[in-house]
Amino acid sequence: MKLRGVLSTALAMSFGLIILLGYFVNLGAVRQALLAWAVTLAGVAVFFGIINLFTVHADKVRKREKNWPYSLLLIGAMLMTLLVSLVLGPQHPVVLSLFQAILQPVEASLLAILTVTFVYASIRLFRRGATWFSVIFLATTILVLLGTAALPGVGYIPYLGEYLRPLIAQVLAAGGARGLLIGVALGALTTGLRVLFGVDRPYEGK
Amino acid sequence: MNWLAIAGLGLVVLTAGMMLGFAAARGKVRRLREIRAFSHLHDAIGRAVEEGGRLHISAGRGGVITPQSASTLAALILLRRAADLTSAGDRPPMATSGESLTTLLSDDLLRAAYRAATGLSASFINGRLSGLTPFSYAAGALPVIYDESVSANILLGHFGLESALLTDAAERKRAFTLAGSDSLSAQAVLYATAEEPLLGEDIYAAPAYLHPAAMHLASLRTQDVLRWLIIGTVVLGALLKAGGLL
Repeated sequence: MKLRGVLSTALAMSFGLIILLGYFVNLGAVRQALLAWAVTLAGVAVFFGIINLFTVHADKVRKREKNWPYSLLLIGAMLMTLLVSLVLGPQHPVVLSLFQAILQPVEASLLAILTVTFVYASIRLFRRGATWFSVIFLATTILVLLGTAALPGVGYIPYLGEYLRPLIAQVLAAGGARGLLIGVALGALTTGLRVLFGVDRPYEGK
Repeated sequence: MNWLAIAGLGLVVLTAGMMLGFAAARGKVRRLREIRAFSHLHDAIGRAVEEGGRLHISAGRGGVITPQSASTLAALILLRRAADLTSAGDRPPMATSGESLTTLLSDDLLRAAYRAATGLSASFINGRLSGLTPFSYAAGALPVIYDESVSANILLGHFGLESALLTDAAERKRAFTLAGSDSLSAQAVLYATAEEPLLGEDIYAAPAYLHPAAMHLASLRTQDVLRWLIIGTVVLGALLKAGGLL
């Protein structure tokens, strides 16, 4: 392992250990100082992330790649937002309205598209081959939907909303969710420890 | 230090001890249980290299200093392993993410894998920040799936409902998709929409299945032992509660 690798691994292991110990014993200002450094580094990373975004799309425009006009639009919007924010300040009503009048409606429409995507996906689930799990999954989804909303002309279906939906959502689903979360927590713990041991070094492009 | 902190520290020390112990006794480690998604991933990676397709890995929206860091780290570990296998192909792998630090790390790992596979420095940026909000991230990752000749997608990390847009795009392009998240809502969505969904702790097992090293196998075995311990504790607690002793 080269000196750079040894140094980055040693730094990651020692800082990781300090942060981990800080959850159990009082390390005072040391842990706070390290977290403050991390926040500052994350801020710098956002700056470089934006440069990454700009460079990728500028390259697309320069090479006239497929759908390059969208990249040009993105760069124009990015520069305009940056300029307006720098001149007026990030809390100015005009800057805030850029988010409220453009970004939020666009994201809301994508959320609406998701509804159609989910319906289509449930059909595809069976096209891939019906298994017991996919049948249970879809039947549960339909029962919960019917128990949640009133049907036009029929109203609420008796017993579904009062008994069956709470049983599925608060007993069966909650139990299953806790099981999954315990698994996720154990996986997160062992993954973190592997990084702490220096076995996995995702921070080291060598 | 209160009893909760002592218990937490005890669990971490116990887990670390078991991992080191199992890794030291690697000869006694059993074979990995078959997970269909990983078998198919091996095939998909092989096909991508042979047929000149591209591998797309998305590490999600989580960062490495956020509560979702473990799933992001698992994604980055898998990214490096997958990039090592495919970087020598006609189309080097691409990575997208919705967090700046994760983007910088993924680009660095892709460059390192390319350098290791070809001996050349990468003159392209294949680790891309696709957007900083959930839907802008998905909208930014969609063109990669549609326009970059992607034949296999790995979506691993922290996602939300927006992951359905990515799996839908992959399905339309008839590209293989392996997807897993640490978020429960995303797991439900991915179960319905992804070709090969990963549930629960399976996302953290991915590196072990792609390149099994002693410590990866040991961590899987540790998880199994701890899971049985927790199940035993939960059942015992329920029995004691039912018997009026708790």
